[in-house]
Amino acid sequence: MSVNGKPKFAMYWAASCGGCEIAVLNIHEKILDVDANFEVVFWPVAMDAKYKDVEAMPDEAITLTLFNGGIRNTENEAMAHLMRRKSKILVAFGSCACAGCIPGLANLSTREQIFEAVYEGVSTDNPTGIRPDFQWAAPEGNLHIPEFYPVLKTLDQVVAVDYYMPGCPPESHQIGAVVDLVIQALQGKATLPPTGSVIGAGTSTVCDECPRIRNVKTIQHFTRIQQLAAIDPNLCLLEQGIPCNGPATRSGCGALCPRAGAQCIGCYGSSDGTLDFGARLMTAFASVIEGKEPAEIERVLDTLPDPVGQFYRFSLAHSMLRAAPVVLEEEEQYATHHH
Amino acid sequence: MSKINHSTTERVGVYVCHCGTNIAGVIDVEAVAKWAAEHLKDRGVVIARDYKFMCSSLGQELIEKDIQELGLTRVVVAACSPHLHEATFRVACQRAGLNPYLCELVSIREQASWVHTDKHAATEKAKAILSGGVERVLHHAPLDPLHVPIHPATLVVGGGIAGIQAALEIADAGFPVYLVEREPSIGGHMAQFDKTFPTLDCAACILTPRMVSIGSHPNVTLMTWSEVTNVAGYVGNFTVTVKKKARYINTDLCTGCGICQEKCPKKVIDDTFEAGLGYRKAVYTPFPQAVPKYPVIDDVNCTYFQKGTCRACEKLCPTDAIDFKQEDEIVTLQVGNIVLATGYDVFDARRVAQYGYARLANVFTSIEFERLSNAAGPTNGNIVLRDGVTVPQTVGIIHCTGSRDRNFNNYCSAICCMQSLKFAHLVKERTGATVYNFYIDIRTTAKAYDEFYQRVLDEGTIFVRGRVAEVTDAARMPNEEGKLIVQVEDTLAGRQRRIPVDMVILSVGLEPRRDSHEVAKLFGISCSSDGWIIEKHPKLDPVATMTEGVFVAGCAQGPKDIPNSVAQGAAAAARVLGRIQQKEIALEPVRASVDESKCSGCRICNGLCPFNAILFHEDRMVTEVNPALCQGCGTCVAACPAGAISGTVFSNEQIFAQMEGLLLHNIERPPMTEGVLA
Repeated sequence: MSVNGKPKFAMYWAASCGGCEIAVLNIHEKILDVDANFEVVFWPVAMDAKYKDVEAMPDEAITLTLFNGGIRNTENEAMAHLMRRKSKILVAFGSCACAGCIPGLANLSTREQIFEAVYEGVSTDNPTGIRPDFQWAAPEGNLHIPEFYPVLKTLDQVVAVDYYMPGCPPESHQIGAVVDLVIQALQGKATLPPTGSVIGAGTSTVCDECPRIRNVKTIQHFTRIQQLAAIDPNLCLLEQGIPCNGPATRSGCGALCPRAGAQCIGCYGSSDGTLDFGARLMTAFASVIEGKEPAEIERVLDTLPDPVGQFYRFSLAHSMLRAAPVVLEEEEQYATHHH
Repeated sequence: MSKINHSTTERVGVYVCHCGTNIAGVIDVEAVAKWAAEHLKDRGVVIARDYKFMCSSLGQELIEKDIQELGLTRVVVAACSPHLHEATFRVACQRAGLNPYLCELVSIREQASWVHTDKHAATEKAKAILSGGVERVLHHAPLDPLHVPIHPATLVVGGGIAGIQAALEIADAGFPVYLVEREPSIGGHMAQFDKTFPTLDCAACILTPRMVSIGSHPNVTLMTWSEVTNVAGYVGNFTVTVKKKARYINTDLCTGCGICQEKCPKKVIDDTFEAGLGYRKAVYTPFPQAVPKYPVIDDVNCTYFQKGTCRACEKLCPTDAIDFKQEDEIVTLQVGNIVLATGYDVFDARRVAQYGYARLANVFTSIEFERLSNAAGPTNGNIVLRDGVTVPQTVGIIHCTGSRDRNFNNYCSAICCMQSLKFAHLVKERTGATVYNFYIDIRTTAKAYDEFYQRVLDEGTIFVRGRVAEVTDAARMPNEEGKLIVQVEDTLAGRQRRIPVDMVILSVGLEPRRDSHEVAKLFGISCSSDGWIIEKHPKLDPVATMTEGVFVAGCAQGPKDIPNSVAQGAAAAARVLGRIQQKEIALEPVRASVDESKCSGCRICNGLCPFNAILFHEDRMVTEVNPALCQGCGTCVAACPAGAISGTVFSNEQIFAQMEGLLLHNIERPPMTEGVLA
């Protein structure tokens, strides 16, 4: 128990962009409720704290930890284990922690390809081709930087997770609702859902919240939104040929993108009962493609310019299909070298 | 996927079948049973046995006894494909008081012993398959079959002799039949023939009484010049859409007097019935005894339809039955069963270029010869050369044209030997010509067939054993001038021969209908790669198909002669009648259902159901599956992007459990030795 007797709150970012942190701050005055009800003990983006401070805490000293970002390197993984150990409730917060999100798309490339892009890409001025060394014997002693894993893992691929809160980032009103729920639960006024549940989201899909008119559909060809002269403001985007991921994406965001005339890209991940977002959506799209002959079907499918981006933008790292074989091969080599 | 760690309270019995040596010859069945007893103990397996023939009554009793004495709550049989014995073991469980759907049959024969030669690896695979079955069956729930009534009407597709036979048998038993035929008349290929082998009955004399019966039968609704365009529903309750093409004849008024045909000024080469040897008019019945008697107007050739003038038939019809404004009509039928008797096409002889058909005038096909020798045909039954007058003095008949030939069809067309012998007899009888039969093997296996062969031999027909290399008109010797020369290796004499003849008859083989794949798709059944419709079992279920309620008869299933086609027509009818008498049928309770809390009404599934079982509630914006119409095909389950639709017996839980079992994630240490699946 802390000095002021309030339950402790932590938030940590692993491999992520920082958007999740902004989303938390974006709950506006509700952040004062957080402060009123919790003692914020660790939140690198908002306050100064050291890892050793966390390490010094007794196990399960932190009541609620929102963990965002994927597990990209040894530091991320160590922190995942540390936060797990020190937290009563560990929430995989945001799409990266839940399913890998954009950083997870790097699983299509080998470490070497990633480093090549980062350290030798056209936008990089690195004439001598310097690459990071994970260990360096400096005169002052050995220096370490976190080692870069061959694949990005999701939080639950590394430690046990109590709750999942999807979204890229999670919608602020949903964060507010979850904060409220936890506070209520701490005061004995509400019960928390069973471990492993998805919180701060709905149970069906984005279509449920989308006001557009839907009909029985067939897709003659897919089109990119910018290629359409005009979008029908009332008709289902998918029926207009725009590959909207709404039908497979968990509800909870309020269908913000389709309401604004942009297709859902699936950041809330799959709904209850779906094991692989991309596979599910692919079979759904394939089911309504017009055409019976292989050549016709090919023609329709060829109008989807980026299938991986379409179907696995947020869930590649968590996909049952896992990453490309080349990556797995490298992962194995990595495992043999390091163990 | 993580290791399964949930525990089970189920009591599972495992039975590994030897199937004689079918399984035990490759798989160490005892080791599989022993392994299951040991390693799957934690997964609920309380007993694992192996037995010589699990499907025998003793094998079944073994299961029943264990259910009663050991209190089994689940049964897994590792044996053959569920197609064969799933019902056997389910019924055995039911007899012992266990719900039949708590029994799982896994195939270690078709999927392991028959497809592997490495005994060790096959045994390891059998363990994995069995383990998958055990994991799956733990997720099964007791189910009750669904009972649906069977509509007493039957659709017969194809009005050849097989379809006619099937239709008459069913109609005579007192049940309604719809007979749909794409040509203007029923009769099929048999109507084109002159004589039938081996009895030399006049084909028309034995066929036309049957045709007349169809035309006048109170229980038969005959729809010629019609095609099935859509089939929905399932056994007992098919909804069939038929397009009745416009005849341009009002059949209520037409008396079939034939004046229109007589007066029609437009002559058209009859490629269908007369095989191109004769003519018909633009308004026509294919042949005089056609059933129904009503003609059709062929709008592609009719002068009125092409140029807007003429109307001779209309002016001269005594009953004003000509109706140029008639349009295609779409009819919807409700039937309980379907018999497909769609027949065959003849092999296109032009494909064997070296035999010269369509290049050398006096090379005929077998169908052409049938018309030539038919008293009702274009030459009144006179066997003459293409000039219409010259009687041939020497005739060569080439067997196996397009059949038993790697370049065309590997199969034997079954009828060509007897057809060729019949031709030899008719040529001899009618012209006294010298006849050569060029054959590879003579296949005269049915009743009285070989006696007919002896008869033709005795009549003096010359048999040359060898596949003909070429038919040419390029003479090398004076006696070859003006003749067709058959170049052949006489394999019995052991030498090349050149035999000059006046006429060559190509005994062309039978081929599946050109549209057989589309037809199969329409009726939800399968074709072999050749295109013949696949029967449910080649020996034990020759007229059923894998789709309940759809039967096949005659040449649609494969080449066969008239007696076999008739037998199949009658057999299919017997199967249909058996079904109708049951009045209702028990259907697998495999159904899709929608979890409304997960359904967001995206409507992706709405247009997909082949059985029209999906309905959408606009008011609540959710989709529902009607369990009475659903056939459990799984199309909507796969399509649902929200995972809101699940299928009984094929739930995610069941399928993933089976996969985990297959991958041996359910046991502590995979027993796979290195190199097997590594």
